[in-house]
Amino acid sequence: MARGTIVIDVDRCKGCELCTTVCPQGILQMSQGGFNARGYRPVELVDPEGKCTGCTLCALICPDVVLTVYRYDPRRAQVVD
Amino acid sequence: MADRNEITQEMVLEQGNVVYQRPEALAETLTHYCPGCTHGIIHRLIAEAIDELGIREKTILVAPVGCAVLIYNYFDVDAVEAAHGRAPAMATGLKRTQPDKVVLTYQGDGDLAAIGTAEILHAANRGENISVFFVNNAVYGMTSGQMAPTTLPGQVTTSTPTGRDVKVHGYPMRMAEIIAGLPGACYVARRAVYDVRTVRQARKAVMTALKTQLAGLGLSMVEFLSSCPTNWHMTPVDALTWIKDNMAPYFPLGDYKVADEVQALQ
Repeated sequence: MARGTIVIDVDRCKGCELCTTVCPQGILQMSQGGFNARGYRPVELVDPEGKCTGCTLCALICPDVVLTVYRYDPRRAQVVD
Repeated sequence: MADRNEITQEMVLEQGNVVYQRPEALAETLTHYCPGCTHGIIHRLIAEAIDELGIREKTILVAPVGCAVLIYNYFDVDAVEAAHGRAPAMATGLKRTQPDKVVLTYQGDGDLAAIGTAEILHAANRGENISVFFVNNAVYGMTSGQMAPTTLPGQVTTSTPTGRDVKVHGYPMRMAEIIAGLPGACYVARRAVYDVRTVRQARKAVMTALKTQLAGLGLSMVEFLSSCPTNWHMTPVDALTWIKDNMAPYFPLGDYKVADEVQALQ
């Protein structure tokens, strides 16, 4: 299965938590540490085991286009020597 | 071939493909919408469709009055602001004078289903070649959640503190069904954005509506069941469940009119 990750535009996040409810891997959570520039608790990716598959479900439900999703499929990657 | 476990996050960022990013037609501006408001999802779906069809340079968006009144700041397309409810009338003028442009209106339930009912019905009846995106969230959002024509029976709002009584206030209006009954309307659908599946279906409907206009067939309208967590006094997550459990049964999702020519486009 492909590996993925997301880039979070932290200051766009309004802390609505919708993405945390759709993530099949359960690796999105709201920040426990602090607030963003607009005073919301932003979402965080907690993925030490590399579970993210880049499925884009979080980005599809996000009302504020906070998330950019990357996917890397080793089976399709070009070998560069 | 690298083992999946050996791939680091940096490798994904450097060598992977971007599979989801902000559509070009959506400006970088931060929106004023409340947290969890699904206006943002609907904006994004329309922007994605504009990008996919490559019509950003010839799109004119007619802004409504309501929560989406500032929509011209959020889209990177040409836009004009209409008087309350009059977006279809303004869109009629724009489209008739500039038939090569793609003219969209984006209206809420106070705009389209209350003060602007006459404009949308006559625009649809004349078969104006415009696309109408109608956001139904069952309340007047901008003015703090009063009863709208689409408020559900029994629903508590700031102007119906004991719930909407249909004997006094009448019944919620099903705009998609009404407009589908007019001969000039070519494509009329109702979609929702309460989960990933419905968001995907909504995206397809937006594409069909715009293609209908590009093919010059007549009026296309997509109604979206949308959430208003602030005025419903719910969390954003609960608000999406409320759409599914309460709004969708009264306002059934589906295609209400698909002309034969539109069917051929899909």
